[in-house]
Amino acid sequence: MVAGLLLGGFYAAVSLGVSLIFGLLDIANIAQPAFVILGSYAAYVMNRSFGLDAILTGLLFTPVFYVLGAVVYRLYYESFERRGEESLRGLVFFFGVLFIIEVSLSLKYGVDYRLVEAAYIGKSIDLGGVGIAFRLLVPCLVGLAMTLALHLFLSRTFYGRAVMAVSQDRLALRLMGADPVRIKTIAFGVGIAAASLAGALLITIAPVVPSTDRDYIGRMFAITVLGGMGSIAGTLVAAVILGVAESLMSTFFGPSWSLAVSFGILLVALAVRPAGLLGR
Amino acid sequence: MARSTRTLLVGLAVVGAGILLAALRVNPYVYFAGYVILQYVVIATAWNILGGYAGYVNFGTPAFFALGAYTAVFLIQSTRAPLPVLILAGGLVSGLLGLGIGYLTLRLRGVFFSIATLALSIVLQTMIINWEYVGGSRGLSVIRPSGPPFGSYVTFLFAVMVLLSVVAVTVARFIERSWVGRGLAALRDNEEAAECMGVPTLRLKLFATTVSGVLLGVAGAPFPYYVTFVEPTSAFNLDYAVNALAMPMIGGTTSWVGPVIGAVLLGTAQQLATVTISSEMNLFIVGVVLVAFVVLAPEGIVGLVRRVRGR
Amino acid sequence: MAPALLEVDGLTKRFGGFTALNGVSLDVTPGERFGLIGPNGSGKTTLINCVSGALPADGGRIRFEGRDITAVPAHRRTRLGIVRSFQIPKPFTSMTVAQNLAIPLEYAAGARSDGADVAAEAMEILRTIGLESKAHTRPAGLTQIEMRKLELARAMAAKPKLLISDEAMAGLSSAEIDDILAILFRLNERGITIIMIEHIMRAVMRFSERIVVLDAGERIAEGTPDAIVRNPVVEKAYLGE
Repeated sequence: MVAGLLLGGFYAAVSLGVSLIFGLLDIANIAQPAFVILGSYAAYVMNRSFGLDAILTGLLFTPVFYVLGAVVYRLYYESFERRGEESLRGLVFFFGVLFIIEVSLSLKYGVDYRLVEAAYIGKSIDLGGVGIAFRLLVPCLVGLAMTLALHLFLSRTFYGRAVMAVSQDRLALRLMGADPVRIKTIAFGVGIAAASLAGALLITIAPVVPSTDRDYIGRMFAITVLGGMGSIAGTLVAAVILGVAESLMSTFFGPSWSLAVSFGILLVALAVRPAGLLGR
Repeated sequence: MARSTRTLLVGLAVVGAGILLAALRVNPYVYFAGYVILQYVVIATAWNILGGYAGYVNFGTPAFFALGAYTAVFLIQSTRAPLPVLILAGGLVSGLLGLGIGYLTLRLRGVFFSIATLALSIVLQTMIINWEYVGGSRGLSVIRPSGPPFGSYVTFLFAVMVLLSVVAVTVARFIERSWVGRGLAALRDNEEAAECMGVPTLRLKLFATTVSGVLLGVAGAPFPYYVTFVEPTSAFNLDYAVNALAMPMIGGTTSWVGPVIGAVLLGTAQQLATVTISSEMNLFIVGVVLVAFVVLAPEGIVGLVRRVRGR
Repeated sequence: MAPALLEVDGLTKRFGGFTALNGVSLDVTPGERFGLIGPNGSGKTTLINCVSGALPADGGRIRFEGRDITAVPAHRRTRLGIVRSFQIPKPFTSMTVAQNLAIPLEYAAGARSDGADVAAEAMEILRTIGLESKAHTRPAGLTQIEMRKLELARAMAAKPKLLISDEAMAGLSSAEIDDILAILFRLNERGITIIMIEHIMRAVMRFSERIVVLDAGERIAEGTPDAIVRNPVVEKAYLGE
């Protein structure tokens, strides 16, 4: 149960990118999990070659991932968004990106599980009779910090507020003197940068293989939809709900059913949303 | 009417050619590879009925394919049912899956359907892994029935797949040219306008999803007999997901011709390549080609040909 | 007085915390030329979306030819005879102009039998509206006014009893506006009831027999064009925004 709560904090970190890019910008970036895994592998390589702490790598690589995100968005914009053909082809584009990233990692690093080592992994602290592994606690705390940071970014900074505006009213944005495309580029970049750190957290919690990204597709989108598209606070709440639900499921039915939980929550969340073509 | 009769004759001719090829008992590799390519003709055609005609992207092709395969495994284990029954059952079950997923998500924007299908494969794979009766994660050996026509069971399966691909393409062509196809095209072009012009969009979408699911299940049903050892990793292989997208996208999504061209071209290329490059490299190349086509030539080969001919 | 063709009764629609329509009621009599005006954001398009079925209402009822259609899906309403055109044209881009008309002819008007009949009817409609030379062109090759005409032609192909024209004239030149207006008058002469939503006042005033004015989701005035023009409440709504 406690593990579920901690997992929730981590899941929030992982889902922030989707919450931002899909929830606010309405871009169906299904490649997000692949970027997270890319972050995991970056952390692995740095850890293995230089002994760098995973989370530190995650932080260091955020600018790199930001640029990567900006480039990907520009490509997407030029090829699809500008021509008004986002739907079918944009989706296929992102799937292609997901695929290419995953397979490239397979080619380079094979399909063995990779993990990182850090001083705190394997240790735990005792809080009120419950043993909490640092392996889970640290990512959860970092995840919470990320969530708070993103929330502050969106509500307090100029660019953050511009992103909120772009999700609601492009005209208002123009009147603010900002270029919607530039704002979206920044937001997309931030979303991918978040993946860098999230990936580092992921590999801290558990070993990864290139196909691990697919486990997270359902989770990320379930959390984003359940939390209310684009609400950062909602993302956190939904993430915790999912984390707890998964651990309960895992305790009673075994770990392999945890993915069914996120899928089930995704379907339920979709069913409960207002229906209709114009509904959002 | 003349046109329908002609189509029927062409279809029968192709099936006849396939049977002839099977009877000739050429190099067995032809049948092994031919089966895979024809399987992809069915898969690509099935995908395109929903993806190309209606504009709804299914990323979960492995789920539907594997469900057809595992339905067959279940029936083989429990009743030793003959191949035609396996095929019908596989189609039925996958069709129901399509209907179910469609019913849950098609009232919403298309992207939610796609996301649901993306998550679907993993979930279904997890469930199959936990189901010992069909082999679980270890897999299951399946014994082919004895005394197959043409001497070898693989050759027989090849002939069966010729028939199935003709059926699939005929179904796709029929839909494309009917009022259903026109309605699907309208909803693909602009769903809101289509609905307001009297097109029952939800019903047509459910129809397309179900037919697509049926054909994918049909493609998967003979799979256990083809591989003889069925395990989740191969049945749910990512190959199916990316090829089901790439083949129609490369060939062209607006007509039945595109998936066939894409499947034959890409399928043959992959069969030739498996001996020279690793399967991951193969997937990587397919991924790159897919992205290249979707960015640069979204109308596929059919579209390019049309443009060259000056339409 | 003839029974109403369309009755909107206490229609309410909310988007999150924002109330777009607040208990709006109106009646349209058969064969009428009905104008619907109001400042930007007053809820006109939302009202039309609810009447056509594109949006589900949060409250109130809609009756067409005496029958409650509040729960009827949009495509069925089109078949019953409620047809709308779109403010921003939404043509079927992969089809020719004639094929665009074939869709409502086949689906809404029930002419599903013979391919040749549909094609001939489509050409007939295009002739009426002046688009027959573009019958085999894709929408990408049309000018702005031709697109608007295509919207109307498509609506005509659905054989409407009630046609809702949503700002069909925005951004057009004076001559083009007269062109569209003439088409709408002709349709009305054939017995089609028309609801016109417009910002171009001279068009609405010339066309409408009766006008309803919306502001901030509520009905604030109703009457003949002359009465509306002189109505101080209406003036305040337009000037005070």
